[in-house]
Amino acid sequence: MFWTNVKRILRTGWQHFMRNAFVSLSAVLIMSVTLLTIGAVAFTLALLDGSLREIERKIDLTVSFTTVAPENEILEIKSALESLPEVASVLYTTREQALDAFRARNQNDSLILQALNEIGDNPLGATLSVRAKNPSFYESIAKFLASDTALSPAKLSVIERVNYEDNRAVFERLSRFVSSAKQLGVAVSVILGLISVLIAFNTVRLIIYISRDEIAVMRLVGATSRFVRGPFVISGILYGLVAAALTLTLFFPLTYYLGDATEQFFSGVNLFHYYNTNFFEFLALIGGSGLIAGALSSWLAVRKYLNV
Amino acid sequence: MLHFDKVYKKYNGCMALDGISFRVSPREFVSVVGHSGAGKTTLLKMLLAEERPTDGSVFFEQTDIYNLPSREMNALRRRIGVVFQDYRLLQNRTAYENIAFAMEASGKSDDEIAADVPHALELVDLGEKMWNFPHELSGGEKQRVAIARAIVNQPDVLIADEPTGNLDPMNTYDIVQILKRINDLGTTVMLTTHNKGVIDSLGRRVITMEHGKIVRDDPEGRYVL
Repeated sequence: MFWTNVKRILRTGWQHFMRNAFVSLSAVLIMSVTLLTIGAVAFTLALLDGSLREIERKIDLTVSFTTVAPENEILEIKSALESLPEVASVLYTTREQALDAFRARNQNDSLILQALNEIGDNPLGATLSVRAKNPSFYESIAKFLASDTALSPAKLSVIERVNYEDNRAVFERLSRFVSSAKQLGVAVSVILGLISVLIAFNTVRLIIYISRDEIAVMRLVGATSRFVRGPFVISGILYGLVAAALTLTLFFPLTYYLGDATEQFFSGVNLFHYYNTNFFEFLALIGGSGLIAGALSSWLAVRKYLNV
Repeated sequence: MLHFDKVYKKYNGCMALDGISFRVSPREFVSVVGHSGAGKTTLLKMLLAEERPTDGSVFFEQTDIYNLPSREMNALRRRIGVVFQDYRLLQNRTAYENIAFAMEASGKSDDEIAADVPHALELVDLGEKMWNFPHELSGGEKQRVAIARAIVNQPDVLIADEPTGNLDPMNTYDIVQILKRINDLGTTVMLTTHNKGVIDSLGRRVITMEHGKIVRDDPEGRYVL
């Protein structure tokens, strides 16, 4: 009997969805707006997150050595840095590589190249570019490089400059800006999401309000609450799933259209590419939200009219 | 079979039922008459537990229906068929599906539904309109679908609340004949109506109500107000 009832509830829910085509269409459209908002929230968070990561990726700590620093000392400092748990990678640039890079960078500036030729010797020192596992670790790495307990005085003397202090203020300001933008984005998104979920809930409530007399009749012919409620919940799920399919389809042209613009504005995050690579996550998010919103709103709305 | 025991119902200080007591035997055909607002519909609502009395009890056989838990209330409602003046059909289901719904609700198998629904529709002379939706049926046809839905589970009692209120004389006559046939087959019928012709033609028990009270109860009554 259980499976017979399940079959009847599914069939009736499907009929309800199909035979009230106009009502179903309006519910699907309203739910699509809700799901589009939820999707837009996910995209916004991804963009802000991508920007923050991009900024973090650009942060590094450069140790400049004196021109007379022996290579073995530099390599020892490199090993010492690599042994620190906070350090992700250390890139060694020799004096010659630094000079080549400098020349390449200024190949169109004859004045600088002429000045360089007049000096005769290589005026640039070797450098170590240190990348930390987390931006907050740079401070402790900088302290390590300045401390005479960690490095011997001989090693300390070959270090000309650690650029951490110069960059720190800029990095911190940028990080604060992005993380504030992210917090604001989350807050606005949550509010927008809640409003659109409420609108979807109210739409389903309105649809079920129209059916309140039918619900009363079903109760009076002896149908159990579950038997009355089941088809409405199935219809609600169908509204949600069809709206999810529509939303997921709409995101393809939308993200394609916005892809290039976001890539330029948000440091390399291309929305279309992001949507394609994370499609299954979006499928779960949008599909799951549609299913839950449809089922829950119907379940709650019918409850009100079951007390007959 | 049915027993109303000193039933009172008050709406916002207005007494809709004022100490109603009477019994209905199995297979009886009882008509309840009275002016609008006399309490006829409220009386029937008490029997379906659609409303609770302010005081008093309503018994179905030996059971006080207001002491029933929800599950048993559903089972009891399946033993009472009900027909309303405004038909109250499920609008987006065909005549067949409206009747099948009542059977599905009572847990009947698909085979039983396939066998009994056409039979119920034949009984009300509507076999040809099985797949029509309510909006494709006339008032009389809708009421016949409602009757078929009410009787398809072979209830012990059929309640008909002004079933001919919206119908022309020809359809009224047909509906009354169907109700008599159902009663002859062994179902207790409780009918409320304003129609003098219907009551006088039946020649069965008539309960007359006024201002929430029973003022007359005649075993073979006529319409007297």
